[in-house]
Amino acid sequence: MSAKSLESKLKSKLKSGRKLFCAFVTLGYKSLGQTHSLIRLLDRLGTDIVELGIPFSDPLADGPVIQEASEYALRKGVHPQQAFDLVKQLRMEGVTVPIIFFSYFNPIIHRGISRTVKDLKQAGFDGVLCPDLPPDEHENLSKELLRSGLCQINLIAPTTSKTRMKKIIAKSHGFIYYVSRRGVTGVQKKLDEEIRAKVEEIKGLTKLPVLVGFGVSSEDQIREINRYADGVIMGSSLISAIKSGSGRNGSLERLLSRLVKTCHG
Amino acid sequence: MSKLLKLPKVPDAHGHFGSFGGRYVPETLIQALDELEFAYKWLKKNSAFKKDVEHYLTTYVGRPTPLYFAGNLTRHFGHARVYLKREDLCHTGAHKINNTMAQALLAVYLKKKRIVAETGAGQHGVASATAARVFGLDCVVYMGEEDIHRQALNVYKMQILGAEVRPVKSGSRTLKDATNEAIRDWVTNVNSTHYLLGSCVGPHPYPMIVRDFQSVIGRETRRQFLKLTGRLPNYLMACVGGGSNSIGFFYPFLRDRVNMIGVEAAGEGLNTHHHAATMAKGVPGVLHGMKSLLLQDSDGQVELAHSISAGLDYPSVGPEHAWLKEKKRVTYVSATDSEAMRAFHLLTKEEGIMPAIESAHALAYLEKLLPKTKSTESVIICLSGRGDKDIEIVRKWDQQS
Repeated sequence: MSAKSLESKLKSKLKSGRKLFCAFVTLGYKSLGQTHSLIRLLDRLGTDIVELGIPFSDPLADGPVIQEASEYALRKGVHPQQAFDLVKQLRMEGVTVPIIFFSYFNPIIHRGISRTVKDLKQAGFDGVLCPDLPPDEHENLSKELLRSGLCQINLIAPTTSKTRMKKIIAKSHGFIYYVSRRGVTGVQKKLDEEIRAKVEEIKGLTKLPVLVGFGVSSEDQIREINRYADGVIMGSSLISAIKSGSGRNGSLERLLSRLVKTCHG
Repeated sequence: MSKLLKLPKVPDAHGHFGSFGGRYVPETLIQALDELEFAYKWLKKNSAFKKDVEHYLTTYVGRPTPLYFAGNLTRHFGHARVYLKREDLCHTGAHKINNTMAQALLAVYLKKKRIVAETGAGQHGVASATAARVFGLDCVVYMGEEDIHRQALNVYKMQILGAEVRPVKSGSRTLKDATNEAIRDWVTNVNSTHYLLGSCVGPHPYPMIVRDFQSVIGRETRRQFLKLTGRLPNYLMACVGGGSNSIGFFYPFLRDRVNMIGVEAAGEGLNTHHHAATMAKGVPGVLHGMKSLLLQDSDGQVELAHSISAGLDYPSVGPEHAWLKEKKRVTYVSATDSEAMRAFHLLTKEEGIMPAIESAHALAYLEKLLPKTKSTESVIICLSGRGDKDIEIVRKWDQQS
């Protein structure tokens, strides 16, 4: 799949009148086996994008829930290579949901940018999101990704100025991740009031889909955001559900299926 | 004076020191970093701000600090003359206050009412809490749970000073995690809060700001030594954790023909896993918003640093140091826990000065450097802090050995 094809895949779904549901999962939380079956489940339920989070020792942009999941996975000895193996396996099993490699920058430079991109391509990933790599740093990552036909997903925050938005958009592919608030990932009860205005501002500047994440946690919030955005990204609330053992008795499946349906409308 | 060395001016417009430095942070912080950089560049030339900083450094911190000729220590080794730049005599006991007073003032000029800081041993936390009192700012200090247990006295000092000390329970529960948490707080409260970073690390413009505020050490030293001897010293030596005292000490001499040595902590030894020798053992990586040398494992996970000195216990180093190493302008060496403890006792015995264990690392290298020097040469050591805070550690060490 090329960068263009993820974009057109997402756009054709939007054209059919439904919104996009993106789920974040931490690799190896609570086990590699569970991540494997979770992504298969998400695929079956019609999830539009999966972000596969690579556990990192210093997850600067994450709140307590994802930090804890990350630490848990690291304690169990999870390492980045397993993300490549897992996705390769999933693709062989016929899983088609677009999968984004969500990783802090250090594991990527440590592996080597070229090697990472090559491995991502071979494994069947669709793109990369690096929460601590703003487009200002002229790293070769975006160039190499483009050459391999993979998307670089960039973040836009409530504090991003319009001039800067344009700069970020020019370097973005796939979709735009709008960070719904100042702060780290995590569950929030109330949505920031300025989200709508910001999303509309971004949509005025690009044809790329704009998804809203960071703190989206309830069906009401999904409905509210989908009135103006192209979809939602959920992470911490899913991790919390896994933590509380919702994996048993099919209740995680019921929860996810409800969220996907709510989002698709 | 001999000819000046050629060295490019750093950081560049994007905050890079060669391939190091930069801004590797979540998008939410970019605006705040831009604002900080803009404000700092303006204030740097603003005479009211400069006057304010100077006023507090002189009347509150106790600057200029003395440059002391350590006669007994010199006679002990019998080679080059040894001088000490007495940062240990600063208010609160270390050079940290040079930066916290100036940055707290910066926060006041930026109309921020709240500062957050990270601390390992607690020295920067105490210095931040102190500056917050002077300028009437709310102060929250993030400190790893492990460090809170190890440094109970400094925790209590911060609390008496009215700061809120927030225990950090994530990751390794030490300085590196406290730094993550302080940055997370800043991301969340970026409108009201200034992040008062304590070392020359982090995203641009922090490494530059902290260097500039600490450069008062080197400027004074240069002036004092020239006045005293009419020439420049042959060697400068300072300890390197994050690297704030050493960069402040070295910076004004970088273009002079002066040899500079940074001493990092070798902990239990460079061949063990218990050290903080980022320069010797680190590889390029990204942590806390900067690219620098970093202790990490084969997956790119950050490894824990170890040193008997909590102030050197950091798995990375300021990007300017990584650059100065690459440029071969500064030589970086290391001293083990036991070498540092020996140096602690040596200085105490010879000169009646108890150094912080951090600074003792710099002193420890004297026994390797001095035999190669001549009696006509001179070495200045930056005595970055006093040892009061470490007496309990020294006592335990002495009992065990």
